[in-house]
Parts: sequence; structure tokens; C-alpha cells
Amino acid sequence: MSTGPAKGMNALKRMLWDENPVIGQILGICSALAVTNLVKNTLVMCLGLIFTLMMSCLTVSLLRNVIPRRVRMIVQVLVIAAYVIFIKIVLDAYLPEISNELGPYVGLIITNCIVMGRTEGYAMGNKPVDAVLDGIGAGIGYSLVLLPIAMIREPLGLGTFFGIQVLPSDWTRWNMMVIAPSGFFALATFIWVVRAFKTSGAKR
Amino acid sequence: MDIQNIHPLVIFFAAITTNNILLTNFLGMCSFLAVSKDLKSSMGLGAAVIFVSTFTAPLNWLVFHKLLVPFNLEYLQYIAFIIVIAAFTQIIEMVIERVSTLLYLTLGIFLPLITVNCAILGCALFLVIRQYTLMQSIAYGLGAGTGWALAITALAGIRVRMEKKSKVIPELEGPGIALIITGIIAMAFIGFSGIVKIN
Repeated sequence: MSTGPAKGMNALKRMLWDENPVIGQILGICSALAVTNLVKNTLVMCLGLIFTLMMSCLTVSLLRNVIPRRVRMIVQVLVIAAYVIFIKIVLDAYLPEISNELGPYVGLIITNCIVMGRTEGYAMGNKPVDAVLDGIGAGIGYSLVLLPIAMIREPLGLGTFFGIQVLPSDWTRWNMMVIAPSGFFALATFIWVVRAFKTSGAKR
Repeated sequence: MDIQNIHPLVIFFAAITTNNILLTNFLGMCSFLAVSKDLKSSMGLGAAVIFVSTFTAPLNWLVFHKLLVPFNLEYLQYIAFIIVIAAFTQIIEMVIERVSTLLYLTLGIFLPLITVNCAILGCALFLVIRQYTLMQSIAYGLGAGTGWALAITALAGIRVRMEKKSKVIPELEGPGIALIITGIIAMAFIGFSGIVKIN
């Protein structure tokens, strides 16, 4: 954006569509592909990411004048890691099954480029309130991409939605949809559709 | 079969093919998509990933089993792993800078990128989850790095050729078509699943 960094609610809004972290900036792809074969896991992952983004943006923004520039990356990573450990402990306690299925991907929120990108790119130079809104926006923007993909992959692949059988039981499962390659195809198609919308919107 | 009895060589080959860290676990996608536009930097980054994953896998194994487990601090694993990886890449970058300018230009400039590459952290997390032994984690680190390098080199080769020879729908240009190509490569790699399989 040329008019300087967005403030207030704008910081949240632009993340949903105009500067969506997954579609626009192609960040956070790893988990976008890995967890989207089950809606339930995707939802947990999205909530985890929104929480991490919100809290680490807040913390980094509060500390922004104290952190020495040279070590800022490592400080940010440690802040993020602390919140991810918190999520992992909560998941282990209340949803051990999902925590098991997500396996390493909860820990990998630490290296999710979206979190690092927001703390480094926005929270380091903005007030806490704006930083939190920006973080929540980025998290919701991420969820807006992941949830639809999961909602397509799970029913087609397993005939279920949120673990409940929705398609008739004689439905031939598209095994293809729940294994790795379809993740790539699904995300590519999603990017294609959204960009087509954006260009047709720009023409009008 | 008990996981401890699997020969490290089997783990090495499985990590390259059927359990390819990029194509089946989707790790390291960000730099994979960003760098694969150009063959030379892809190979440089691939070499750097092989190097770092081979050394950080056993280092992280030692930290986890010899430092965290005895003191019941397993929940600190994320922070411990990230510090080990960051420190290792930082030290290697400084060493390479001193030793050889040529090596620094081909390998060193990619090292900061690797600190936040999820493939390296993913490696460490998998070797804890799958309870590998020290030898198995060395093999796994080497295999995962090699598999990642193989995938990025393959994609870069295809993308460079496509740019010259073919036209892509404008909306799919860049990341979109790269994802589709990766999907096809991933399908091809599934063909290996008859040879070796580990979980």
C-alpha cells in the first residue's frame, strides 16, 4: 500500500482479501497443504494460528522499543515459540487425539512465515492495538483460505464432513483428495479462482 | 516391526522418496516456491539444506535425549530446536565467510533463509515423534535434505523450461502453476511407495 501502513480496522480488513497472506503473498503454504484433508484439524490449526498471531504481534509490538535491532529476529522467534508451546500444552490436555494427528504441524506454526512476516513487517513498527488487529486479520485471512479447501477435500475424499458421514455410504471415495498431491492441486485451483475474481473485479 | 530395528539406509531412502519431506509432508514450501524460479539458486539452496539438516538432526537428537529428557523438560523442545538451528546456521555462516568467498557466495547467502525453513525444524520434530536412534536421525537428516534438494531442483528445471516454451493462463502464472507442477511430481513420487515405506 502506498499510503503508509494501514491503521485500526483497516489493518484487519486488508488482510482478508486485498493482502490475504496465503493468496496474495504465498506465505504459510506448508500447513495450508498439510492439514486441509480434515475439517476438524483445519479448524483447530486455524484457531491456533489466530491465537499465536494475535499474542505474538501484541508482545512484539509492546517490546518494539526495547528489542535491539541486531537480535530482533531471534527475539521474535522465541516469543512465537513460547506461545506455540502454550497451544501445544493446551491441545495435549484437552484434545489429545487432534494433537496427535496434527503431529509436528502445531510446532511448525513457529516457522509459519505468516507469523514471522507480521511481527517483522508490521508489529515491529506499530502500536499494540494496530498490531493485534493486523495479527487477527492475517489469521482470519489464512482461515478463509484453509477452511474452504478442507471443506472440499474431506467430503470428496472420505465422504464425511467434520467426521460425520454426509454423502451416501455407497459414495466412491476419491482417495486422491486426501493424499498429498491433491493438496497442491486444490490450493492451486483456489489461487486460480481468487485471482480470476480479482482481475475481473479490477476490469470493471 | 519395531522402529528401532529399521536400518538407517532404509530410512535414508524412504526420506528421499516415499516420505519426501516436501512432497508428502509439505515442509519448506515458502522458500521452495520463492527460489525455484532459477536453477542455480535452487541448487545452492538445496545444498545448504542438505548440509544443515544433516548436522542439525543429530544435534537436536542429542539435545532432546541427553539434555531435555533427563530433566523432564520435553515441553521446551520447540524452543531448544529453534535455538540449535539458529545458532548452527549463524556459526556456519561466519565460518564459511572467513574460509572461502566462493563457498560463501554459493552456499552462505542461503543460510539465513534456512533458519526459518520449516523443513529443518520439521526434521527435528519428526525424529522425536518417530523415536529414531542417533544413527537413524543422521540418516533421516541426510535423506530429508537430499529429498528436498531433489524436489526443488526438479521444479526449477521444469519452471525454467516452461517460461521459455509455453504460455500459462495469467491467473495461474507464478505460484499457481508451480503448485500444480509440484502436485504432479508428488504423484510421481507416490510410485516409489512399493519400494520402501516407513511411518
